[in-house]
Amino acid sequence: MNGPELLEAHADRLKTRMGGCFLGERVVFRGRDLHNDLTEIDWIELYLVGITGRRFTRKQVLMLQAMWGYTSYPDARIWNNRVAALAGSARSTGALGMAAALAVSEAAIYGGGIYIPSIEFLMRARRELDGGAVLGDCVQKELKTRRGIAGYGRPLVSRDERIAPLMARARVLGFDDGPHVRLAHEVDAYLHAGRWRLRMNAGGLLAALAADLGLSPRDYYLFMFPVFLAGMPPCYAEATERPEGALFPLSCAHIRYEGPPKRSWPQPFPASAADGAESPFP
Amino acid sequence: MDNGNRTETIRTRIWQEEPEPDNPFAARAAYCHGYDVYGDMLGRASWVEMLYLLFRGEAPSSGEADFLEAVAVALANPGPRDAAVHAAMCGGVGGSTAASCLIAALAVGAGQLSGGREVFLAMEGWHRCGTDLDEWQRHLAVSPDDPASIWPTPGHPPGFDPHGVSTSTIVKHALARLAVLSPGPRLSWLEANRLTLEAAAGLPLTLSGVAAAAFADLGFTPEQGEMLHLLLRLPGAAAHAVEQRELGHKKFPFFALELEDDPAREAI
Repeated sequence: MNGPELLEAHADRLKTRMGGCFLGERVVFRGRDLHNDLTEIDWIELYLVGITGRRFTRKQVLMLQAMWGYTSYPDARIWNNRVAALAGSARSTGALGMAAALAVSEAAIYGGGIYIPSIEFLMRARRELDGGAVLGDCVQKELKTRRGIAGYGRPLVSRDERIAPLMARARVLGFDDGPHVRLAHEVDAYLHAGRWRLRMNAGGLLAALAADLGLSPRDYYLFMFPVFLAGMPPCYAEATERPEGALFPLSCAHIRYEGPPKRSWPQPFPASAADGAESPFP
Repeated sequence: MDNGNRTETIRTRIWQEEPEPDNPFAARAAYCHGYDVYGDMLGRASWVEMLYLLFRGEAPSSGEADFLEAVAVALANPGPRDAAVHAAMCGGVGGSTAASCLIAALAVGAGQLSGGREVFLAMEGWHRCGTDLDEWQRHLAVSPDDPASIWPTPGHPPGFDPHGVSTSTIVKHALARLAVLSPGPRLSWLEANRLTLEAAAGLPLTLSGVAAAAFADLGFTPEQGEMLHLLLRLPGAAAHAVEQRELGHKKFPFFALELEDDPAREAI
């Protein structure tokens, strides 16, 4: 079935396995009664059940929670956080500021743009190495294809302060020696030995941990969406406490113009203005 | 990074402002690519001329401005059946903020089905294939690859309707009218070769395919075309969101539910 017939078959109803609300009665969340079967679930696990449909162990939830927590920075200079803070400074709503900041977090050089290529690289390389491939070949192929390796290298600075605490937490919870985490470190060592300026960043380690926890690339991408969220409300809140417009105010001198020199607009005045009438501009 | 007391600057080729003598944070004049916006352009330049200037850095010719004006009219309202407008109405009907209605329209209208990303990909096709029919046929014969990115794998050739049976009259009208006005060669070539391209794609052309050719004819890059497509489709989303807010949620569809994985049903 395709074309209009396909669309007709989906019209006017939601056919779903994911869940639904029977208002005034009950709510089904991926095959479970939300208010009976899932009453004691941590919110983060509920979020994961929504993505994957499966339950997670306590240790897995704690690891995934650390993955979120350790990368939430309440620093309004950071580009995505700055959006939340600017919303506060401009007296917009908190939800609009946070929603926009999260959307901006889906960037090419950090955040959302990294998740899928990083976990796909590690999963693909792991499969190839298990099949007898050589690490150097996997790395070189990725460098050639993508002109870099997602999860390695970092804008602004090279060192990533999240790796040590993430690994410490992974050791406590027993996730420090999974096949993808080992591989992530091996890639880091290979790049370092080869003098590429691409040290593993938290994105590489987070992707490895996610792969070892059994998340697919799409699961991982959706899980990571709120990863910066906890750092955003402080930025918004403080900006609303400051005088309005007082976050990073820019004077005319802050703008460094590099375009063409001043010139006259080429179009004539409209007839109504040009017909003997005085110019509105002295 | 600690920048200490260093004055930061934003570099731009687009905008220059001169401060008021009594306040460096207030502008006495603003120049867009060298043109005095409030002292010279206002009242003489049209909205689309300003749009063109902002992106291209030069004032458009009258023909280019007339053409962009026509494109803007064609795109202004995709109508309430469109997913982006539907999303904006979901905001309006619940009394959500005005910005959230537009954010909803932008987010849904950003995708690879009738959205900004589709226009971006279609414009990449124009950059790659130009008006070479053989190259287009080869291009359309290849399934889109999985880009390992935030975007889902494309489900159809960009610029064509995955559910279409034949080219809609609206699309044919838009193509014919815009091809006459266009300052570039692509829309006329698209009109002349539409049937061959549709046969190669196995699908009829869409308005986003026409828009991609139009933006390419105006010399916009795929990134600029994507932005313009997002921007120019917002007026209809905004108007429909306001209308649904006034009508109220009781007059807005909620649709029936067919739950396949219902624990209550399994317990029976």
